[in-house]
Amino acid sequence: MNAQSTTEVIRPWTQRRPCCDTSETCIQVQGLSVHYQGQQALGDVSLSIPRGCITAIVGPSGCGKSTFLNCLNRMTDMIPGCTVSGNVRLMGQDIMQNGTDLISLRRRVGMIFQKPNPFPLSIRKNLTFALKHHGMKRRSDRDEAARNALCQVGLWEEVKDRLDAPAQDLSGGQQQRLCLARALVLKPQVLLLDEPSSSLDPVASGVVEDLISQLRGEYTQVIVTHNLAQARRIADHVAVFWTRHGSGQLIEAGPISQVFDDPQHELTATYISGLRG
Amino acid sequence: MPKGAIQPAGSLATWSRGRADWSDRAVAVVVWLTALAVTGVFVWILADVLRHGVSGLSWGFLIDGPRDAGRAGGIGPMIVSTLLVLMVCLAVSAPIGVGTAVWLAEFARGGGLLGRLVRRSLDVLAGVPSIVFGLFGNALFCIYLGMGFSILSGGLTLSCMVLPLLIRSCEAGLRAVPDEYRRAAEALGLSRSAVLWRILLPAATPGLVVGLVLGVGRALGETAALLFTSGYVDRMPGSLMDSGRTLSVHIYDLAMNVPGGQSRAYATAIVLISLLMIVNTLTCHLADRWLHRRITRT
Repeated sequence: MNAQSTTEVIRPWTQRRPCCDTSETCIQVQGLSVHYQGQQALGDVSLSIPRGCITAIVGPSGCGKSTFLNCLNRMTDMIPGCTVSGNVRLMGQDIMQNGTDLISLRRRVGMIFQKPNPFPLSIRKNLTFALKHHGMKRRSDRDEAARNALCQVGLWEEVKDRLDAPAQDLSGGQQQRLCLARALVLKPQVLLLDEPSSSLDPVASGVVEDLISQLRGEYTQVIVTHNLAQARRIADHVAVFWTRHGSGQLIEAGPISQVFDDPQHELTATYISGLRG
Repeated sequence: MPKGAIQPAGSLATWSRGRADWSDRAVAVVVWLTALAVTGVFVWILADVLRHGVSGLSWGFLIDGPRDAGRAGGIGPMIVSTLLVLMVCLAVSAPIGVGTAVWLAEFARGGGLLGRLVRRSLDVLAGVPSIVFGLFGNALFCIYLGMGFSILSGGLTLSCMVLPLLIRSCEAGLRAVPDEYRRAAEALGLSRSAVLWRILLPAATPGLVVGLVLGVGRALGETAALLFTSGYVDRMPGSLMDSGRTLSVHIYDLAMNVPGGQSRAYATAIVLISLLMIVNTLTCHLADRWLHRRITRT
């Protein structure tokens, strides 16, 4: 077996999907620090996230990965006692400014959580609720958009006959794909994924992972993961976070092959080889 | 046992296992006994009421007015007064109760001073004896606001009494709604009011229903607070401004003030218990239907 076919067996989607466009930066983070009740949780992070690519955020527990992710759609605003300083630009626009329209920001930057969290509504309403709220008046338009989103996550065939059944009746993996569809239905530019497959069984986790890979190119994705193998399988870029002096810091970032095969930082080398973290 | 497996010393193992068996059995017996005692008391009361009162029940008893101070005739006016008082009470306390609960659970989540103050006041109010509410209602509604002895005064006084109970259980219901829904909604850029109305309140319905059922129970069973406010005139009320005697006040009057009124008091008690069950079943049923509609309707 030659090198080319090995690559195909492991990463077949790279053949199917357009490669991400690394020349253009989607999110530019500069000097980002986060404090919880005066205690620093994240210190001086600068990172540029290329458009259309999958960027994995890895690192041991408590190193500020999720905090970093929450800054990118300003979910940090919801946390009492949390202060954020620094600069985050989404397609050149500073989203940390006071007057930023959070509603339109969150339409542009979708988020998927660790635990599937569909609303206690029907499958259909989980998707159409936000559309209706954001001003899509015609019911047929909303149903069409919901159908498209369900097809996009490969759920349509599984649920088309029970769209009015409670979303809670779905399996964990299906619920997570529904949550992904719920984010996609708003046509975001960026998807933030906070350990999206860690609470699922291996098969469901694989389905979600493949889905994320297939969305490469169309969406800029930032995925927090504990699973280094997963990061290696799906990500184009990786950023390694570490806790130093009691607060989370970015210690190394770059293309996946570079960081995994030729880490520049000593901690990265020990972390990816499984010796620490 | 494989070699090297953890193995406690022989006599100690037997002794501690025996002790564990004994204490497990003792706990099981105690919890069974307490459950049986509670059910037993309820069944006893119900059986007693039924035994003494069932002979007095008839269609005429339900629709006629009382005669001879309640020794004869029926309880028609009392049923109407009871339902009217309950209606006034719920119409006032349900919206205020849910509103305050939403404020406490969603807007004053942290330990803010005002939130703490409101919660503390509610807990104190929930423990105030009903006769005190009666005196307060008499002073405020009957005298100061000039409503006199009326069903309106009675209903309003009851709503003051029921509110603490209603608010606290609604708040508990809202707090039991997982935070993940709020975060998901926030991440989708949804407004707070839409999330509240469409997701949080329907999800909190079980808590709201518990609050309503407890409130209805307390309101229907109330005597002391109503003696001073809605009064005890046993005529059919013509409007909310008329005085009216509720079923529980009627039971109290028959049992305490009317010699020979015992059997009628028992029969009235059967009606009161049935009414409570009907109202509670209806509340659960309606909440269930509302919840179902919220889930499925686009």
